[in-house]
Amino acid sequence: MEKILQVKDLELSFNTFGGEVKAIRGVNFDLYKGETLAIVGESGSGKSVTTKSIMRLLPENSAEFKNGEILFGGRDLTKLSDKEMQKIRGKDISMIFQDPMTSLNPTMPIGRQITEPLLKHQKIGKEEAKKVAIDLLRLVGMPKPELRMKQYPHQFSGGQRQRIVIAIALACNPQILIADEPTTALDVTIQAQILELMKDLQKKIDTSIIFITHDLGVVANVADRVAVMYGGKIVEIGTVDEIFYNPQHPYTWGLLSSMPSLDTDEAKLYAIPGTPPDLLDPPKGDAFALRSEYALQIDMEQNPPFFKVSDTHSAATWLLHPDAPQVEPPATVIERMKKFPGSRYYEGGAI
Amino acid sequence: MAEKLLEIKDLRQHFNVGKPNEVKAVDGISFDIYRGETLGLVGESGCGKSTTGRSIIRLYDATSGDVFYEGENVHGKKSKKDLKKFNRKMQMIFQDPYASLNPRMKVMDIIAEGIDIHGLAKNAADRKKMVFDLLETVGLNKEHANRYPHEFSGGQRQRLGIARALAVEPDFIIADEPISALDVSIQAQVVNLLKELQEEKGLTYLFIAHDLSMVKYISDRIGVMYFGKMVELAPAEDLYNNPMHPYTQSLLSAIPLPDPNYERNRVRKSYDPSTHNYTEKDDVKMREITPGHFVQCSESEFQSLKASVAVK
Repeated sequence: MEKILQVKDLELSFNTFGGEVKAIRGVNFDLYKGETLAIVGESGSGKSVTTKSIMRLLPENSAEFKNGEILFGGRDLTKLSDKEMQKIRGKDISMIFQDPMTSLNPTMPIGRQITEPLLKHQKIGKEEAKKVAIDLLRLVGMPKPELRMKQYPHQFSGGQRQRIVIAIALACNPQILIADEPTTALDVTIQAQILELMKDLQKKIDTSIIFITHDLGVVANVADRVAVMYGGKIVEIGTVDEIFYNPQHPYTWGLLSSMPSLDTDEAKLYAIPGTPPDLLDPPKGDAFALRSEYALQIDMEQNPPFFKVSDTHSAATWLLHPDAPQVEPPATVIERMKKFPGSRYYEGGAI
Repeated sequence: MAEKLLEIKDLRQHFNVGKPNEVKAVDGISFDIYRGETLGLVGESGCGKSTTGRSIIRLYDATSGDVFYEGENVHGKKSKKDLKKFNRKMQMIFQDPYASLNPRMKVMDIIAEGIDIHGLAKNAADRKKMVFDLLETVGLNKEHANRYPHEFSGGQRQRLGIARALAVEPDFIIADEPISALDVSIQAQVVNLLKELQEEKGLTYLFIAHDLSMVKYISDRIGVMYFGKMVELAPAEDLYNNPMHPYTQSLLSAIPLPDPNYERNRVRKSYDPSTHNYTEKDDVKMREITPGHFVQCSESEFQSLKASVAVK
């Protein structure tokens, strides 16, 4: 498969009054053509910062690239000038934000907002851009697009607004679409519609999607591959089946067990104790060790490297080291592993 | 049957009455809440679930209808003294822990506000001790009392919101999307805390949320709202295993579950209110299909639902 984007050893800090916040501490991943990569993790884990650094949307006076590169089309995005970046933003890489209420301009009819990237990036006239915009609105399932072009954002519902934002993002057929919690502000029924729409469109225009969310249900729905982030690092990455049915990192275990499924009956929900690490002064070893009941002595001292589970699956935990003691994952995770061929709890049958 | 704590009868809450943009946010709903239970209220945004909660606690004056708390009408004329007495029994936890705590007050004063208003503390030392105890109850410690809200994380702030609600020792708490603004790992902590407190203090909850899997986990019974009306009310287990109203079915079919295999085979149902074909003659109201399981339906739908249950 063709690699469309490569993030290598990315390190990024924010300079604040309190000191240097190490928001991203060495992130590596590749994005393949036509796939959906979901990044999950709690707030402050660095998932939004990672994607904003790809788009170079971080404030330049406080955010600082410390190390690493972001390769896109043979160029390192961290080194481009603002002018060069403007040519990529909205054309080759575009973004959908969490809150459709604030990401549209309330004083501009939506038609003008959709034609804006077209006029900016493509050499077409106003009339033609308008036609393309109407087609886009139709594509995202907006009824009566000709009429709707002249309306303002407040005349649309939340779900419709998110459709408009998607239309703007797709206007120039981007190679990469970054969706930062695009459905978090929406209702479940509307969320399901938007997710279906995004999957449909992905097939039609063959774009790659980076999907950020903290909702594991949504991840299971949209993702081909999943990266789990914690404390400014990716701690586990693999295909969606590998992450959900054969997770290896204690943090992934914690995430999966703390979500009640519809048939959870236990009296008490599993809760990951404590709070995320302070990135002003990140812990020396494994950032999750302090909250983990599976932490080993070495976790406090040394950062775990990535251990390969399969060709597509790796996790950064000392538990995978050949010398590590074998531990029993939480019961709900064992239930999941029973369905995965290749895990040590596999009980036969297919997933 | 358990004792009724709260009785809501044909509650209506309309905004902009008489103007062209009149909104019927809550349009005639009736239900009971029993002592010690958790009633979950779900529905999409704008369906009136938060308005229902706010009307019950009298943050809004209801347009019509009655709310009885232990047999006493909540709305209607009340002296300041009566209101105060009533406010002690019923408290609310809000959705956004960032907006619901006064940023200029210290935690000590935020939590003690209710204690001061109701004169629950004998002296300053007593007041201090009550606040420390409350902080401990919600899993914080007494060093936190001298801080300001901005020094806390989202989960901790929601704990403060809970401590503030508990300060006046209420019997009944309305939790309006208390976990929606929190991270997954923190959500579980707060939900567990709410459950523990319920067991310890025998609290009754009205739990408003749109995260259906969490609602099912915490609730004994669940009410589903659609456009200002309640369309189905049933024990939690029953509602999930055997949803009867088409809107409930569509809502349940839309929940994404953390299971890729299930997601690949998921069939989503959509709901179209016009398929009911209700006419003027149809008496559409809540009817009891199986014990405790109410569905809004017409007489003919009632018969066919009854028949379908009998087959099972």
